[in-house]
Amino acid sequence: MTAGFSWNIVTDFRDIWNYAFMRQAYEAGTIVAILAGIVGYFVVLRRTAFAAHALGHVGFSGAAAAVVYGVNPVFGLLVFTMGGGVGMALLGRRASTRDIEIGTVLAFMMGLGLIFLSLYKGYATEAYSILFGDIEGVSVSGVYLTLEGAIVVLIVLAVIYRPLLFSSLDEDVAEAKGLPLLALNVVFMLLLAVAISFAVQVVGILLVFALTVTPAATAVRITKRPTYAVMCSVAIAIVAIWAGLFISWWPPYSQYPPSFFIVTISFVIYMLARMGSYLSDRFAHRFAPSVDPAPVPKSSS
Amino acid sequence: MSAIEYPPGSRVPEVAAIRARGVKVGYRGAVVWHDATFEVGRGEFVAVIGPNGAGKTTLFRLLLGIQRPMAGSLEVFGAPPRRGSPRIGYVPQRHTIDNDTHVAADVLVHLGVSGTHLGPEFSIGAARRATAEALAAVGASELGSKPLGAMSGGELQRIFLAEAISGRPEMLLLDEPLSNLDMRRTRELVELVHGLVRSRRVTTLLVAHDINPLIECLDRVIYIANGRVANGPPEEVLTSASLSELYGVPVEVLHDSRGNIVIVGGENPHEKGDA
Repeated sequence: MTAGFSWNIVTDFRDIWNYAFMRQAYEAGTIVAILAGIVGYFVVLRRTAFAAHALGHVGFSGAAAAVVYGVNPVFGLLVFTMGGGVGMALLGRRASTRDIEIGTVLAFMMGLGLIFLSLYKGYATEAYSILFGDIEGVSVSGVYLTLEGAIVVLIVLAVIYRPLLFSSLDEDVAEAKGLPLLALNVVFMLLLAVAISFAVQVVGILLVFALTVTPAATAVRITKRPTYAVMCSVAIAIVAIWAGLFISWWPPYSQYPPSFFIVTISFVIYMLARMGSYLSDRFAHRFAPSVDPAPVPKSSS
Repeated sequence: MSAIEYPPGSRVPEVAAIRARGVKVGYRGAVVWHDATFEVGRGEFVAVIGPNGAGKTTLFRLLLGIQRPMAGSLEVFGAPPRRGSPRIGYVPQRHTIDNDTHVAADVLVHLGVSGTHLGPEFSIGAARRATAEALAAVGASELGSKPLGAMSGGELQRIFLAEAISGRPEMLLLDEPLSNLDMRRTRELVELVHGLVRSRRVTTLLVAHDINPLIECLDRVIYIANGRVANGPPEEVLTSASLSELYGVPVEVLHDSRGNIVIVGGENPHEKGDA
């Protein structure tokens, strides 16, 4: 049985890991943190946060459909998010107009979700765990599935890393240099769909942002080097998940869902980074005044 | 004029950088310009001038192989344009880099060197050297680690230029690099580009609204207006007679005491939108 919280973190973790479901939660959570942390960097760089949000919701329809037909909800999530992602990528080719196409696909897919919900006569707990996550309910086979999905995503990312970075940062030049923007966008949306589907297991659809956007948004404030930012983003996601699970294990916090702590920690780190960058800006301005002289007023000629 | 003399060791005669024969271009049946016949020699510094929506960016899209001519033939270095040619460096009009882009400038220049390659980067040392060299060539070595989002317009244009030349192209296409720059930065950038054109003998086309900051460095002007393209040395194209013929209405080219040019009467009220 639980020995109760001690200040010795090592024995605390040993204590927690005596329980298979908690081991699985930590395993799945870590894999998802790596996946979401890396993909999240590109979400921030490409400004497709709305797509991440929309794919989560699209996934809800998929999970609802899977539950209606008695299939593992993860497969419903994967099929719907991947389908929705490809649809969004094909319709919204340019970053400047993408949001409108995403919203259109989102609305349609949510309509489908409504149909499946109305067909579904089961318990509300299923829907609840899809909406807010059920990390402590991940099975051994769920962990393996997550691992397999993550490996595929990471291999693809390792191959297309530079072209994806190029097209995310500088669409027009990347296109002129011969990169296939549409194909890259489709592939990226598929990777995002997989990351979202597995992240939903951990924090649920409504909180999926906390793993796919917040850690990366924090990382880009900490470092301006893409490789460091990716590592930083992964580290933040891991800290949030590990600490969130840890806190929610001990009474009196064990009555609250771990998702809440994961999201809160992720947000607190983000706010700290914002505060840090604000302070360092002020600090830099006070001690190192800009050497750039005031711009010459624009002539009217 | 005496017979043309070629410097010893050079191959003769050289293929033109750009050769256009009766080119017609447009979008979905709407013709932007037509009957364009011109040639640009290697190492020339060319200004592309004309009112908004006349099809200046469209010319770049043709040269980059992103768009095809509806009629006529176009050759770049003796072959039809091919998208992704490493022989062309391109600086588009930017919209995507804003204050939130917290990425170091040399990352962008580095992508100009090896950003299209798949898989992990094994020759990272060579790419880093090419990046540093390109940054040095535009006088931006000290800007390499500055975030793109924190840069001024003039700094950004230098980084974009470094990105464009990092692959050592033989042709540069610069789309409105001078807009949003004050007079001093405009002059600095023009001198920088002019220096690159001469020192690397890179054929350069620069789209600009105002010809005056460029006029002393130019070899050629391509003037696009009214669905047509005029081309030649500045002193031939920028005359009342030539521009009146191009526009089809009387246009006057005035000169001030310092050689600045003012074009009066050319702006066509029917021209609209950016193409």
